[in-house]
Amino acid sequence: MNWTWFHKLGSPKWFYEISGRWLPWLAWAALLLIAVGTVWGLAFAPQDYQQGNSFRIIYIHVPAAFLAQSIYVMLAVAGLVGLVWKMKLADVALQQAAPIGAWMTFIALLTGAVWGKPTWGAWWVWDARLTSMLILLFLYFGVIALGQAISNRDSAAKACAVLSIVGVVNIPIIKYSVEWWNTLHQPATFKVTEKPAMPVEMWLPLLVMVIGFYCFFAAVLLMRMRLEVLRREARSSWVKSEIRTLVGKDA
Amino acid sequence: MNFSSFADFIAMGNHGLYVWTSYGISLAVLLLNAALPLLARRRYLQEEARRLRREEMK
Repeated sequence: MNWTWFHKLGSPKWFYEISGRWLPWLAWAALLLIAVGTVWGLAFAPQDYQQGNSFRIIYIHVPAAFLAQSIYVMLAVAGLVGLVWKMKLADVALQQAAPIGAWMTFIALLTGAVWGKPTWGAWWVWDARLTSMLILLFLYFGVIALGQAISNRDSAAKACAVLSIVGVVNIPIIKYSVEWWNTLHQPATFKVTEKPAMPVEMWLPLLVMVIGFYCFFAAVLLMRMRLEVLRREARSSWVKSEIRTLVGKDA
Repeated sequence: MNFSSFADFIAMGNHGLYVWTSYGISLAVLLLNAALPLLARRRYLQEEARRLRREEMK
C-alpha cells in the first residue's frame, strides 16, 4: 500500500492547500442540506401519531447527538495518531474539534430536555442515556480545559490525547445505554442492519439533516484548523507569504 | 405540506413553544460556531497587517 498520502497529511502546508479547496464545497453543502432538512422536517414531514408535532425536534436532536459522539471518537483517533506518529496536525485537529463537539453535545442535551417535557413530563431524568451524554459534555470540557491549562504545546497535546483515548470508553456506554438499562429514552432511530421503523417521509429529512450536520462540522473544523495552522507555523516561509497575500487582499 | 394554515404551522398542535425553542436555540448555536472562526481569522489578519506595517516603517 502507498502511504505517501498519510505522510502528506502530516504536512501543514499540504493540509492548508487541500482544505482551502474543500472548504467552499463543504460550507455550501452544509447550508443547503440543513436548510432543506429544516423546512422539510418542520413543514412537510407528517406528524407522529403519538407525540404529535413535538417529534419534529428529532431533526436537530438526532444529528447533534450523532455528531457529539462521532466528534469524540474523532478526538480519540486524532489523539492516537498524534501519540503514535507524532503528527502535529493531529493535535491541531483534536484541539479545534473539541469545542464543536461540546456545542453539539449541548444542543443534543438541550433539545432532549425540551422534547422530554411534553413527551415524558419532565425536563430531565437521571436516566442512563441522559447521564452518559452529560458525562460526554464534561469530558469535552476536560479536554478543552486541559489543552488550555498546559502552556507547553507538546505536553498539552500528549495529555489531551490520553484523556480523549481514555474517555472514549463512554461512547459504547452511550450507544448501548438504551438496551442495557431500563430507560425512558427511545431506542435508536437508525440501525445499520435494519430498515428504519419510521415511514420514509419521516426519516428521509432526518438523513438529509444528519449529512448536513456532518458537512457543517467538517466546514467549521477546517476553518478553525486553517487559522490554527497559520498561527502555529507563523515562522515558516510559506505562512509568511500566505499572510502577505491575505493581508494585501483584506487591507 | 402537513399544515393547513400558517397559524397551524406556528402553533405546532400546542407544541409550538417546545419546537420553536429547540430550533431557535440550535440555529443560534450553529451560527455562533460558524461566526467565531470567521471573526477570529479577521482579527488575526488585522493584527498581522499591523505588525507588517510596523516592520516596514523601521
